[in-house]
Amino acid sequence: MRLTVDHVTRYRYDTPVRSVVQSHRLTPSVFTGQKVFDWEVTVTEGTKGARHRDGAGDVVQGWTIAGPVTEIAVRVQGTVETEDMAGVLRGHRETVAPDCYLRETAPTRIDVALAALANTATGADTLALAHALSAAVAGAIAYRPGVTHAHTTAAEALTLGEGVCQDHAHALIACARSRGIPARYVSGYLFATEDGTPHEAAHAWAELHISGLGWVGFDPANLSCPDARFIRLGSGFDAQDAAPIRGIARGGAREAMDVTVAVQQSAQ
Amino acid sequence: MTQFNEMFQGVEVRIPYARLKDWVATMPQELRSLKQAEAEALFRRIGITFAVYGEGGDPDRLIPFDMFPRVFSGAEWSRLERGIKQRARALNAFLVDVYGRGEIIRAGRIPAHLVYRNEAYEKAVAGFVPPKGVYSHIVGVDIVRTGPDEFYVLEDNCRTPSGVSYMLESREIMMRMFPDLFRENRIEPVDTYADKLRRTLASVAPARCTGEPTVVILTPGHFNSAYYEHSLLADLMGVELVEGQDLFVDGDHVWMRTTEGPQRVDVIYRRIDDAFLDPLCFRPDSMLGIPGLMDVYRSGGVSICSAPGAGVADDKAVYTYVPEMVRFYLGEEPILQNVPTWQCGRPEDLAHVLANLPDLVVKEVHGSGGYGMLVGPKASRDEIERFRAKLSEDPANYIAQPTLALSTVPTFVEQGVAPRHVDLRPYCLVGERIELVPGGLTRVALKEGSLVVNSSQGGGVKDTWVLAE
Amino acid sequence: MLSRTADNLYWIARYMERADTVARLLEVGSRISLLPSAQGYRSEWDSLLQATGMAHAFAQKYGDPVQRNIESFLFFDRDNPSSVASCITAARENGRIVRTALTTQVWDALNTAFQELKQLEREERSKLELSRLTDWTMRHAAMLRGAIDATLLRDDGFNFLNIGYYLERGDNTARLMDVKYYVLLPRVDFVGSGLDNYQWTTLLRAMGAHRAFHWAYGGDVTAAKIADFLIRNPQAPRSLCTCTAGLTNHLGRLAKAYGRETEAQVEAQSLAAGIESATVEAIFDEGLHEFLTRYIAEAAVLANAIHASYLSGEMR
Repeated sequence: MRLTVDHVTRYRYDTPVRSVVQSHRLTPSVFTGQKVFDWEVTVTEGTKGARHRDGAGDVVQGWTIAGPVTEIAVRVQGTVETEDMAGVLRGHRETVAPDCYLRETAPTRIDVALAALANTATGADTLALAHALSAAVAGAIAYRPGVTHAHTTAAEALTLGEGVCQDHAHALIACARSRGIPARYVSGYLFATEDGTPHEAAHAWAELHISGLGWVGFDPANLSCPDARFIRLGSGFDAQDAAPIRGIARGGAREAMDVTVAVQQSAQ
Repeated sequence: MTQFNEMFQGVEVRIPYARLKDWVATMPQELRSLKQAEAEALFRRIGITFAVYGEGGDPDRLIPFDMFPRVFSGAEWSRLERGIKQRARALNAFLVDVYGRGEIIRAGRIPAHLVYRNEAYEKAVAGFVPPKGVYSHIVGVDIVRTGPDEFYVLEDNCRTPSGVSYMLESREIMMRMFPDLFRENRIEPVDTYADKLRRTLASVAPARCTGEPTVVILTPGHFNSAYYEHSLLADLMGVELVEGQDLFVDGDHVWMRTTEGPQRVDVIYRRIDDAFLDPLCFRPDSMLGIPGLMDVYRSGGVSICSAPGAGVADDKAVYTYVPEMVRFYLGEEPILQNVPTWQCGRPEDLAHVLANLPDLVVKEVHGSGGYGMLVGPKASRDEIERFRAKLSEDPANYIAQPTLALSTVPTFVEQGVAPRHVDLRPYCLVGERIELVPGGLTRVALKEGSLVVNSSQGGGVKDTWVLAE
Repeated sequence: MLSRTADNLYWIARYMERADTVARLLEVGSRISLLPSAQGYRSEWDSLLQATGMAHAFAQKYGDPVQRNIESFLFFDRDNPSSVASCITAARENGRIVRTALTTQVWDALNTAFQELKQLEREERSKLELSRLTDWTMRHAAMLRGAIDATLLRDDGFNFLNIGYYLERGDNTARLMDVKYYVLLPRVDFVGSGLDNYQWTTLLRAMGAHRAFHWAYGGDVTAAKIADFLIRNPQAPRSLCTCTAGLTNHLGRLAKAYGRETEAQVEAQSLAAGIESATVEAIFDEGLHEFLTRYIAEAAVLANAIHASYLSGEMR
């Protein structure tokens, strides 16, 4: 599937800020299921800084904005060719040992309820168990925007019984790790089909490490493994660690953020 | 438990100490008091003081200085030197490996969880090889002695071992107070340390840096207990002492804010923890760090010493495997031995430890400074029972070691001279070359019979001599 | 040089000079209050606090301006950032941060002042004469100044120290003269009287300049002569003219060393030109208070320019 992305993140400050530094994970991953045609990130008044590919295979690009500015727009535009790999991340170059992703972080910390949920899942092998865990999380946390926020933990979302893709991913990661399966958070985009399934164009899901297969994506929010509708950007221990944009501005200005994302199927 | 006295064997004086016998025998009591007061005044004057974590009290407290030197013969030192360098090489090879393919783990020589699930393992630098393949540029190896040829490594410090200012200042003060001693004994100099450190740091400048690299020392600030050391090293090396706020990232380099505008920085000798380096990468709430630093570091725009992630090698649980690292990476037998260590995380080890608490030293895996530890033979029954409860709650957080009969060195005490227990921390420099200044920090437990040499627990320092052959 | 280091050096000088001035203010105040006046002594102390911009903070904490409270407030009070104790502590702390940019002698001067201050604070207040406190402060300020002049390398750090000194000193001279204005204001009919002369003499005395003044001018002490001496006379060490000349000199040396001029040099030159071109007649036409207020405001603009051009670390 050929998908085009137009993603604008706008930061507004109530007083001018200087020396803004950003670190972006906004470049689509390169693997068998994903090919990049063209891709461009622009930042108003920004200077492109250091660029590297990290141990998890993500391209990380630094930016600096000298300022003073009161508004910064980060615009991502590009076209990606995707292929349904049934969620398997094949041909992705990375060096981080999967065992690293057994480590807990604050938003993915296991509690009694999460552990109980994880223990309801069964499977003949790790792959089946992973599917069962994903289904259990989808059943325990209903999709509902607006009830959780950026810092909601997996445990809190499970108590609420509602959340968005970030909460689904965190909960699945916590459950998988508690069952000894390395798991990580993935950020990316999702192309909306016309069947009316609720979705967010800026999307997140989880990857679990299955011996023999490697990393496999699971998306409890959509009850599926990532397919050709998904564009993968980068990964981390949790949402904060995998954030596509991180930034800091000097000075105590209040920041307001506004995001628009459009993912469309492009004419061949 | 017989204790090895480094000066006396029975009535015989061991050779390295031969000339000190008369020195101390002929020193009148008044002169001794005078010199002791002079030493203290000098330490206070130069401002080398030590604030103890969590104890409050006087921030201008001095570490007690004992004038009786600790002496190694050239032969003794040369063996120590080979052992320390060997260890520093193995530790660095380990770090490059675990951030790369992890061969030692694949080979089953060290358990994966000790490395990959370790808090000190930085995923952010996986796949990165720092310039010259060095993660830990200053390795502080804590060594104790139990006999003429028995040396044991207590722990390794691969991040930013402190205390080198005491090595330098103790020597300065001894030379000023007792010049005759230095004429009579041929003592290897230690004042080349700063020069060697600067060369070491410059040698790991990024490949992109052409010309003389700009080196800086990054300090948490003047409230830090080691600030004096940071400023002394900056002064001796002739480099700027910066705080996080003095540095910023622009484009693909790190810059320092100067009165003439931004100046590019190539090598950062940091004396702050990984967590505070870059709020974009580690702690978002850190006000100390330099936003964007890690991106520049990973793309080869700046070197950071020690490299982020180096801490995974000096964890007390990983320590157990250092001899294994020496064999695995260097194909050599370790010259310096580890102290036998029980991992309380292992059920069979825990059982042994719980059964033998009164005879053991138990330490927290991530602890330092002598806090949160139990010295079995010195502890009351109550203390032991309290510790037993703590230990049983979270066994994986503790390791245990036998109580070693630490060697003693004569030390000035109220009544004259008496043996006191000592340890040793030499500072091994690793860059393009591996270097070790002949000397180090000798810490002495000033309380009679005490085995705890930490300055925070009533320890003092001595000048450490290595005699020229 | 690191901008932060330059900033620390600049503030060492400003704090130490400020401590010196506060001590001098205390001396002026206590001498003036020894004289009878229509309002009683309270109003003089109040004027003094008004002139230093500290009246509000004082009133909030102590209420009535009685001498003993004023002494506490201006010398010992750590809540008052301009007290002698606060200034000396801040100067020493700035010095500790940049210890390696100082010579042993300069550090000793700073550290000794601080250590002795701690002793003074432990002494019983009733045994501490005001004159002892003021003499002590001025002596240590002078010792630091001497150590700087005698031992420090003449590099950019030396220039930043001096810029701090001259900026603070000019500001303080202007404020000290303004005290006189505040004291006199309610009773215009005293102008030219014995009391008027006595107050001017006291002011000169506090600046350690009354003998120099007599050598230079002779005769009666008049407002015009004083204004000429403290504003226009390049021989007077604390005159505005001396201070602005010092500022242009040290900023000029920086510009030369760094190979570039900044707005700081432009502002300094304009400040100096304003002093050089002002005649005594023009000053009194404008009104002494108005003239001094304008100087203080313009010096603040220069301080901001120095901060932006060298100390903030924001320049590219």
